[in-house]
Order: sequence, then structure tokens, then C-alpha cells
Amino acid sequence: MTTLAATAAPERIDSPTRRSLRKLVRHRTAMVGLALVVAFVLVAVLAPLIAPFDPTRTSWTAIRKPPSALHWFGTDENGRDLLSRVIWGARASLLAGVVSVAIALAAGVPIGMLAGFRGGWIDALISRLTDAMLACPFLILAIALAAFLGPALENAMIAIGISATPIFIRLARGATMAAKVEDYVEAARAIGNPRWRVAVRHILPNIVPPLLVQATLTIASAIIAEASLSFLGLGQQPPAPSWGSMLNTAQRFIEQAPWMAIFPGLSIVLVVLGFNLLGDGLRDAFDPRGR
Amino acid sequence: MGGFLLRRVGQIIPTLLFVSILIFGLQQLMPGDPALILAGEERGDPQVLAQIRAELNLDRPIHEQYVLWLGNVLQGDLGFSWRIREPVGKVIIEKLPVTVQLGLMAFAIACLIGIPAGIVSAVRKDRPADWIANGIALAGISTPNFWLGIMMILLFSVKLGWLPPSGYVPLAEDWRQSLATTIMPAFVLGTGIAAVLMRHTRSAMVQAMAQDYVRTARAKGLAERVIVAKHALRNALVPVVTLGALELGTLLSGAVLTEQVFTIPGFGKLIVDAVFNRDYPVVQGVVLVVAVIYVGLNLAADVLYVLINPRLRHA
Repeated sequence: MTTLAATAAPERIDSPTRRSLRKLVRHRTAMVGLALVVAFVLVAVLAPLIAPFDPTRTSWTAIRKPPSALHWFGTDENGRDLLSRVIWGARASLLAGVVSVAIALAAGVPIGMLAGFRGGWIDALISRLTDAMLACPFLILAIALAAFLGPALENAMIAIGISATPIFIRLARGATMAAKVEDYVEAARAIGNPRWRVAVRHILPNIVPPLLVQATLTIASAIIAEASLSFLGLGQQPPAPSWGSMLNTAQRFIEQAPWMAIFPGLSIVLVVLGFNLLGDGLRDAFDPRGR
Repeated sequence: MGGFLLRRVGQIIPTLLFVSILIFGLQQLMPGDPALILAGEERGDPQVLAQIRAELNLDRPIHEQYVLWLGNVLQGDLGFSWRIREPVGKVIIEKLPVTVQLGLMAFAIACLIGIPAGIVSAVRKDRPADWIANGIALAGISTPNFWLGIMMILLFSVKLGWLPPSGYVPLAEDWRQSLATTIMPAFVLGTGIAAVLMRHTRSAMVQAMAQDYVRTARAKGLAERVIVAKHALRNALVPVVTLGALELGTLLSGAVLTEQVFTIPGFGKLIVDAVFNRDYPVVQGVVLVVAVIYVGLNLAADVLYVLINPRLRHA
């Protein structure tokens, strides 16, 4: 397909990756998404520098104060500064999103590629196992796993990662099956490359785009899942700040202190929106039909 | 059709077998000895511990435990709740109608919002109505439903005082009160699915509107409304129906948090309470029932897809 495009337009030969990247940069909503994601990453990384207060310092004179010049987002039931807690909470959310998707990729891609590449009974076994995992709705599986592992942010990340793994197994399997019948894989095998080398050097780079799109969108779901688990008390443990657990507390004070619920929730929506916009843009940019 | 059904049901059996292994395996992740949790204050007494282990078959090798457990499950015995002291199956059946009511209302709301929005968006493709609908759908997908629930309680219960913030009244007891207590949670649960349905409907309608039969209908001079409703929509709804059925899994997941926010005593509240009471048989039972329901719904969606698509009916 690349050769055809090259003969049609001989004045300019561009790699498909560069073409996709250029398309991504021109994608306006994707750039909005990227800006949101970058902004939250900066907030999370720079938390110690930009947070105006210590997120865990309580103050009995500033309990449930509405937003003011001193406390932009108000204070919570222990007099802690909400802006500082929202800033530090970005760390837990982004970390959970990225780490759990990394777990899902690390487990799902090799297993999926193995199934797609080898076929036969290995494929049948892996596929049935994937079906079984997909039979449990994502969040319910994550809750059950987190419940049995015990409440902690690390366990929530493991639980979300495992629950997201079957999506990547299925995706990697399908992409590998499509790639393995291509001529370049045939050629790589014909010159005597061992199977693992064909898989890692020739197939893997070609299945990266769909994986990247899915990973970006799954980070969005994983952030919501972490917030959900923390909201239920199965994620980040107090007094460490996390948006989900802040909302849990906020619900009890919704009448007296609605600001406690508004800001952590808005943060979740914005960061998830960012990853969703970026993911949709990546999909459009890497879609071969759109080239 | 018969052959297809048989093949499809045949595929489910190994899936369900793996599901059962998975759920049984959950128990092995648990830190500590279940007998110690169950014994409570008598945990120091080795005789009590031995008795509990024997009762739960914990003293047997793991594969034997699994076979015994699966045997019981197949006979409808999901074990005994450690906390509520009742059979897990009974507890689940008691809670099921609440979640079913909530789920059906949510699904109806999702269809009422999602499908018309998708149609408008497709018909007005790349125009302001399309952008607005897409924007709202994206916001819907990006908003955690428990936060939306809290915000709705803030607006409709705290500020306006129109609806009760929590609680549940069964439909049979007082239907007005029942609707008043479930309309907010159903809306919260429905919006996320409405967003997904809107996207599916839009892409299916965009495809349908580009087909030759739509051009033919236009050439015949039919009103645009008739073309959209009778020619395009009826074809576009086929994939939407089946993809929509898959969203029921999202519905079950969402119910867990929504029921928690609105304190509705359904399925979702049951699993959360069980998690906190370390009532592991109930957690396992709920996950198992959810998985079986979900697999069943997937099967129903596949069958429905063949039934409503004449091109596949004779294949």
C-alpha cells in the first residue's frame, strides 16, 4: 500500500508514521486533549512546588470554608486546603491510569501475540480464557479483585490492570493474525529468523498504532475505575489525597459544603476528557482508511 | 438458525467453565485464612478452626475444593453468607428485582436520549447540531456516574427539593414514590449508555444515509422525514440493537456505584457491603451471577442480530 502511494506521488515520500503524526497535529480536538493531559501531568509532577498548602495539614479554624482568596477551592471537613488536595490527587489518578494500563499492556500484548502467532490449541485456550474474563463487567471484576487483594492504591492498580488485560489480549491477537500473513513476515521467516525475532522485530512494530489508541482510551477508563474504587474505599487510603475518596467524604457534606464535591469531580472529568479526545484523535490519525 | 444457535450455545460452555475457575480462584488471592475470619472471637480455639475448615472443605486439596464448589453451584447452591447468615442465592434473588427495575429504567432513558440524538447528529453531519451532540456524548463518557449522581442530588434534592436524595420504595408498594426514588439514579445510570448508543446510532445512520436505496428514495421524491425514519433508520438500528445489548454490562458495573450513591438496596449495594464485611461467598456469588447474566445477554444479542437481519436469517 505504501509503494502504491509512493508511485502515485513521487515528489514526496513520507513514512506512514510521520504522515499520521502530521495528521494528529492538525486534529484540533486531539490537540485540546493533549493540552489537557499535559497540563494534568505537569500539575501532578510539580505538585510539591505548586500546591499552596500541605495537602494533609489539618486546621481546626478553617473547617469547611467556602472558596476564598486564601483557599481557592475552599477547605474540607478537617480544614485541609482543597486546591492542594486536588493537585496532589492528580498524582494518584494519573499514576493509577498509567500503571494499570502498563500492567495490562505488559500482560496482554505478549499473550495476545502468542495466541495470534501460534494459533491451534494455544490460541483456543487463550481465547476462551479471554472470553471468560470479558464475561465479567470491567468494574465488577476490578472491585472483586481489589476486595480479595485488600484496599490499597497498589492493589487497585493491579486489579484494574488485570481487568483491562483481556482487551489488549484480544487486540494484539487480532492484529498479529492480520500481520502474520503479510509478505514482509513471510520474508522475515524465509530468511531464517527465529520465531521470537519475527514476532518482536517484524510484527510488534506493526501492531503498535492500534495498541496505542486503545491504551490511551483505556487510561481514561482506568482513571474512572480508580476514582470509583477509591470512592468505594478500595483505592487510595486516607489521609493521602485521591479524587475518588475526596468525593466519598464530600457526599456526606453535600448540603453544607458542596464545593468539596465539585472540584475533585471536575478534575476527573477534565483529565478523562483529555485522554478520550487524544485517543479519538490518535484513532483518526492512524486509521489507514483515512489516509 | 438451529445450527447457529447450537454452535453458539456450545461456545458458551467452555467460557462459563473458565469463569467458574476464575471466580473460584479469587478466593486464593485472599490474604489470611478464611477460617480465622469466620471463627471471630473463637479464633484461638484449634477445634473450632478445624471444624470450620472441615465444613467449608478447606482441609481438602484445592482441585477437590473446586470440584465440590462447582458441583454445588450447578445445583443452585452458591454457598452461605458469612455475615447475613443466609444462603447466597436467596440474598441475591431478593436484591435482583431492585436492580432490574433500575436497569430497565436506565436503559429506556438511554434509548430515548441516545438514539434520537444519534439520528439528528447523522442527518446534520458536520453541522452545529452534530458538534453539540458529539460534545455532550463525549462529556457523558468522560463523567464518572457517581459524581453525576452527587451533582444531581445537590441540584434536585438539596437546592430545589424536588426529589428524595436517597432510599428506595418498591414498585408494588407505591409506584409514584418508587419512580421518585429511582428516576435520578436511573438517569445517572442511563446517560453513560446514552452517550455510547448515540455514537453507535450516528455511525450506523451515516453509513445508511450513504446507501443507494436512500438515493433511490430521494429520487422518488419522498419526504426527507420518511427517508430517514423508514429507509435509513430501520437498517441502521440492526447493529445498534446488538451493540446496545452489550452495554448492559456497563449498566451492571454502573449500578454498583449508583446504588451506593443513592443508597438503593440492590445488587450493587450488596456486593459493596459484602466487600466491606469481608463476606467473600457473597462477592463470589454476585460476580458469578453477573457473569452468567452477561454471557446470556451476549447470546441473546447474537440471536437477535440474526433474527432482525434478514440477510443472515437464511445463512
